[in-house]
Amino acid sequence: MGIRRAFDEIMGKSGSMIPRSELAALGEWIESTPSNELRRRQQSAEATFRQLGITFAVYGESDASERIIPFDIVPRIFLANEWNRLSEGLVQRVEAINAFLHDIYGERRILAEGVLPADLIFGNPQFRPEIAGIRPPHDIWAHICGIDLVRTGPDDFYVLEDNARTPSGVSYMLENREAMLRLCPELFRSFRVAAVDSYPDKLLETMKSVAPIGVASPVCVVLTPGHYNSAYYEHSFLADSMGVELVEAADLVVDDDIVWMRTIAGLVKVDVIYRRIDDDYLDPLVFRPDSMLGVPGLIAAYAAGNVALLNAPGNGIADDKAIYSYMPEIVKFYSGSEPKLPNVETWRCREPQALKYVLDNLKDVVVKLVDGSGGYGMLVGPTATKAEIETFRAALIAEPHRYIAQPTLALSTVPTLADAGLAPRHVDFRPFVLTGSKGVQVVPGGLTRVALKEGSLVVNSSQGGGTKDSFVLMDNGAGEQAQVSDAFGQAQVQTMGQPL
Amino acid sequence: MLSRTASSLYWLGRYVERADFIARLVEATVRLDVLSPRPAGEAAWASALAVTETDAAFAKTGQSITKTNVARFLTLDASHPGSIVRALDMARNNAKAVRTALTREAWTAINGAWLVFDRRASAGNATATLNLVESVKAETRGFEGAIHRMLRNQTTWFIRLGQAIERADNTARLLDVKYHILLPEGERVGGVVDRDQWTTILQTVSAVTAYRWLYSEGLRPANVIDLLIARSELPRSLAASVEEAVDILNLLAKRTGLHGEADRMARARHARIARTRSGQVIAGGLHQYLQGFIGENDQLHEAVGRQFKFS
Repeated sequence: MGIRRAFDEIMGKSGSMIPRSELAALGEWIESTPSNELRRRQQSAEATFRQLGITFAVYGESDASERIIPFDIVPRIFLANEWNRLSEGLVQRVEAINAFLHDIYGERRILAEGVLPADLIFGNPQFRPEIAGIRPPHDIWAHICGIDLVRTGPDDFYVLEDNARTPSGVSYMLENREAMLRLCPELFRSFRVAAVDSYPDKLLETMKSVAPIGVASPVCVVLTPGHYNSAYYEHSFLADSMGVELVEAADLVVDDDIVWMRTIAGLVKVDVIYRRIDDDYLDPLVFRPDSMLGVPGLIAAYAAGNVALLNAPGNGIADDKAIYSYMPEIVKFYSGSEPKLPNVETWRCREPQALKYVLDNLKDVVVKLVDGSGGYGMLVGPTATKAEIETFRAALIAEPHRYIAQPTLALSTVPTLADAGLAPRHVDFRPFVLTGSKGVQVVPGGLTRVALKEGSLVVNSSQGGGTKDSFVLMDNGAGEQAQVSDAFGQAQVQTMGQPL
Repeated sequence: MLSRTASSLYWLGRYVERADFIARLVEATVRLDVLSPRPAGEAAWASALAVTETDAAFAKTGQSITKTNVARFLTLDASHPGSIVRALDMARNNAKAVRTALTREAWTAINGAWLVFDRRASAGNATATLNLVESVKAETRGFEGAIHRMLRNQTTWFIRLGQAIERADNTARLLDVKYHILLPEGERVGGVVDRDQWTTILQTVSAVTAYRWLYSEGLRPANVIDLLIARSELPRSLAASVEEAVDILNLLAKRTGLHGEADRMARARHARIARTRSGQVIAGGLHQYLQGFIGENDQLHEAVGRQFKFS
């Protein structure tokens, strides 16, 4: 099959030299800005990121323990009507995820009705029997979701992966926008771009809305594993922009099922915790007993209804790669209608016929570990060596249930600054969806990840990917008026420039 | 405020102050070395090691005491706690742990100082060493400026409390190591080397010009001792550091309602130093006085930790 010619989000058809008519203004901007000027601005943005310490740690690399994620200066752009369709699909999907979690840790109707095989749940390490029966405050489980999408054509978006545990990357969405406002203000005159900078306010609103019932002014905190964690910058950034404490496990103590934090003036009660620690390490009394990052008694306090945890423990069962292939059925089961956002076609290697197909077509497919992430444990058939393919063949035959496979999609491209000037590079997209007691909101923006190597489809930052700003237009470009359907509160007005 | 945050801010203050002090010590020692004939130059570097209490650690490296070796050891060697790079590393780790409490400017200054040293292998010749410490001083000045523009609340006060206590310790150590230079027994006083030594001390605490303003006469040991111990006009004197600790503890007490043994100790120390006359200190033994002061300063440090539930 090989890699087909890809859709370019700015230029339309692959290889086209003329931008899509709606985005003509971006074409003019590219035309009128020499690439060494673009490069200068890009370097200026990266220098700022380094100064601010917006870095991430790459596991297994001792030398460059702190790196910045490369930033690309050319934005990717969504038209208002494209975005509206996408938002509807995202809302539907996240609502289904919440309904699924509520069901699977409660009544289990979906199993009773035979939509999912029971062993898929009970044999899955992401299912947490420890928390079955616990109901989170307001019955909300996945408060903050990052849904990874890929695009193959003007109207063809697919969900690649759901992230319902602790999705990261929102700080890049915000910092990339800051950099673009500073370095390319002219683009915000050409396009009416929906603002993203109210995200921290919306997040805090979401946190407060899910506080245990009866708490008038809830104390909210962000729980981090500490400053050696690869996403620590984001944890501190979010706590800072919300104006709440950034706590580590050692700052919290549970007494009589109440969570307290240690302050210089003594203990202060905590009501809502945005935790950026995995389930496994959350509470050594319930999950891994050797965890030094956890808070003993936290789950008991949560079960007693005295504290809200965002996201709820146990969510892994909703975004696991083995569950992923059933998401269309799950969405249909809870929403009663067809999924507005399709999945990428997926072969479950646990099924003998699918396994046979995958083994016969290894050089054309992408094989993924069901429990892997960050681009580790992955085979990209078309670019793999013979030896890599044979290694995966042996692994697949030995443990087929640990793998899924997907066709190699012709991921869309966006012009990106490469050594020899602008060139198309493949991208994916992670929008962020917030769910509070007052409903679901989609942030009009997100994180665009770009594979900087020519032809590469791997966008993970740990594998040399970069990021771009993602514009969501409030009209359909070229002056055509259409409001962004406001999944994010009232109409967004982009303010120009930044107040001092 | 979280106890851990308060503790990190306090330590951040101590480490930034320490980095700045070592930078100025290295700067003053380079000057002394250039002025002095051998082997007096080597003695200058040996005493720099003594001030930072790293003489034993340096001996373990098996290197000889030369300008290049000691300058590298005090600036770039992360293996011991008396180097600038280690102090900045610790400052940055503490700053990282409390990033939410700091402004971008304050963080950028710390990170900037740290980046000066990132992957640098050698301090280079005298000029390069001076450039290196100058850039550290520039960043710590930037940090100082940034914290004065932050909200006037516990965050800045814990940083400044750490700085005040570290500064008192540093100045006392500097005087203690150099006291035999100030009060030589049976040696000719007023020679060229002595003048340079005294200037070195004043330079390390940024007091060369201040001395001229306050004492309209040539360098005299009793005046230098008076300036560094009892003159609260000089920011790095013991009296000024002691006074600042009292003031900051007062501010913290007012805002948080927390006061206790640290306040009492700081006030008692302040009352004592206000009565101190440098003549008495010299008569009673400068070394004994400074050792007593350093011990007391450590006790205040412990009391602060207990009072604000650090650890």
